[in-house]
Amino acid sequence: MYGQDTAKDVYRDALPVIIVSLGAGLFAGTILGSETMRNGIESVPGLLLLLPAFLATRGGVYGSLGARISSGLHQGLIEPRFELDRRLSNAIIASFINGMTVSVFIAVVTFLVLTLLGESGSLVQLVGIMLIAGFLSAVLMLSVLVSVILVGYRRGLDPDNIIGPVVTTLGDVFGVVFLLVGVYGMGLVL
Amino acid sequence: MTSTATSTSDGIVDEWAIRRMVRTMIPLLAGLSLLQMASGTVLESFEETLLTQPSLLILVPVQIGTAGNLASIMCSRLSTQLHLGTFELSLSNPGVRANTGAVFALAGTVFSLVGVAAWGIGTVLGGSLTLLEVFTISMVSGMLLALLVVVLSLLSVTASYRLGFNPDDTTIPVVTNLCDITGVLILFAVVVVVV
Repeated sequence: MYGQDTAKDVYRDALPVIIVSLGAGLFAGTILGSETMRNGIESVPGLLLLLPAFLATRGGVYGSLGARISSGLHQGLIEPRFELDRRLSNAIIASFINGMTVSVFIAVVTFLVLTLLGESGSLVQLVGIMLIAGFLSAVLMLSVLVSVILVGYRRGLDPDNIIGPVVTTLGDVFGVVFLLVGVYGMGLVL
Repeated sequence: MTSTATSTSDGIVDEWAIRRMVRTMIPLLAGLSLLQMASGTVLESFEETLLTQPSLLILVPVQIGTAGNLASIMCSRLSTQLHLGTFELSLSNPGVRANTGAVFALAGTVFSLVGVAAWGIGTVLGGSLTLLEVFTISMVSGMLLALLVVVLSLLSVTASYRLGFNPDDTTIPVVTNLCDITGVLILFAVVVVVV
């Protein structure tokens, strides 16, 4: 019965995925510490400033999507099938809107903070980077997250234990990579 | 889409309407992004140190990510318990005890591994911190974060329920963001003491 799990059960369920996401986090950290990324940090004013907000937003948007789908599955409101029923598709569309809106918001706020700190920054560059990174993240996160939850649920995995690790794993690795893609993309445009 | 109405024909608030999900979350996410600028500012101010000590740059996403994982598991499980009616804010609640114990055990396991790994990779990338320094930074900041995860998860699930929000929408963004911000502050407070 759900809710009667002991600490040991929770630990055993969660450890493998936490370890996998730890590996991914180290991978993301290594990309962040790489020569290319360090050059990006030096050449784009505000990149380090927006990094926590950008990484966290994806946790917020897609983590809550996962939790919502999970509760829907537990309550029997969503069927674990790849049919876009109204609830599932609404949740996905809302997450996309949320993710993109907040990405642009972060770029604007970063520009304002830079201005307040008396540093020079480019609003167009920051918005462009966040649009590219936000869009790529949304496409990847939505498709993988929904698939993993539905497939996992059908195989008897409790979605509550897999959402967080899946979101942070993909979020960290691809967040940092897509940020780099955004920096590179805007470098070509500007 | 004909399904964006905020209430269904029987007058019950539709938790699954797009407009409701967007309206609940955008102000929250925007507000939390503003708070994240605090940790962004801390990162900016440590830019020189971060660029010369890759171990610390590695620790940033790992500490934040792991705290986020633990918070997400805890909040998600407590939310489901709440929906099923087995949650109560009490240390004698079996679900609360099990989740709390598991979070601390997971944190101890993971942050000791992180300490060694971040030191190893950082050294390869040209850092000069010792194993003891990186390990201490990882463990001390990690266990403080675990405590924070537990307290914030319990409080936010309870608060969310009392304020009439669906904890699925609200708790994970709130707790993971607060852990991120505090995580960066704790991390660099420990860095300043140790290094």
